[in-house]
Amino acid sequence: MSKFNKKKNGELPAVNTASLPDIVFMLLFFFMVATVMRDNELKIKNELPAADQVEKLDKKDLVMYIYLGRPNDGFKDQFGEEARIQLNDKFAEVSDVPAFIYSERESKREELRPFLTTALKVDKEASMGIVGDVKQELRKVNALKINYTTRIGDVSLNKKN
Amino acid sequence: MAKRSSPEVNAGSMADIAFLLLIFFLVTTTIETDSGISRKLPPIEESEEDVIIKQKNIFTVLLNGKDQLLVEDEVMELEELRDAAIKFLDNGGGSGEDKCDYCKGAGDPKSSDNPDKAIISLKNERETTYATYISVQNELVAAYTSLRNKRAEELFGVSYTEMQKNYKDVNWPGSKLKLNENITQIKLEYPQKLSEVQ
Repeated sequence: MSKFNKKKNGELPAVNTASLPDIVFMLLFFFMVATVMRDNELKIKNELPAADQVEKLDKKDLVMYIYLGRPNDGFKDQFGEEARIQLNDKFAEVSDVPAFIYSERESKREELRPFLTTALKVDKEASMGIVGDVKQELRKVNALKINYTTRIGDVSLNKKN
Repeated sequence: MAKRSSPEVNAGSMADIAFLLLIFFLVTTTIETDSGISRKLPPIEESEEDVIIKQKNIFTVLLNGKDQLLVEDEVMELEELRDAAIKFLDNGGGSGEDKCDYCKGAGDPKSSDNPDKAIISLKNERETTYATYISVQNELVAAYTSLRNKRAEELFGVSYTEMQKNYKDVNWPGSKLKLNENITQIKLEYPQKLSEVQ
């Protein structure tokens, strides 16, 4: 029996796996922190109004986003104080909306195109003028399904203080 | 006795625990979906014939540039809008062909004939703030939803909102086909006729 016991001293020590949890935790925290699902960097103020009669906007890949709002501080000199349109990462004019819709449509599979929805993410302080212009453009290109994206809450939150 | 090392704690299972947590978070993290009020814009049709609608079947809501509300030529607060809309939609003042036998309203012959004929017309100005516009939209949708809820409760014993939730729920045990029929029936009885004036 002493034959077996002797061997112990010559064996390689087991690899220390004590740091493995740390690595995994690091990964865990990285994913928890880094998971921000925002495709576009906003250059405008975009505080959504509240509403409670809302429907969920499922199927994220079938949604086109149009942002409207007052330009952020860094862009005020260039673009002024009035509400502006942001498409993808750029400021845009009302006349750019049809081209944007067409390019979005082009990027989707043909059978999915009728289900495309336009989500209007409009800042609550924006005036309806520009919203109406955008809606008119959308009608022209036959993008009729729209969704006014809102926060969920009572409408009394929308009142000015 | 001097050199007595304490036994090392086995940390091998720590990794498993961490992985378990990692997988738990990966699976349960549902990415927040946006929600909002869905609307359908009217298509542009030049050669549209003028449909004659009786004045009493139109409920005009006007929002001016100072965010004030004018409903049926009367100034109104936002809080009253929902009830006013419900009163108008559920009036059921029609007779004969236009009779509405499920309406609970006052039956005023000067107000709408039936929910199918009743149209809410919303007009806003360029200066209206978006927040107010959304509030008004929300109240009008709420009026429809509350009428539909009431009617569904009466017919099927569940509210309309509940029915819609069940319809989307994959684990709901009942018959989806029947449910869809019921939902369509409610939608037909109280159709959302909201027109926006450009």
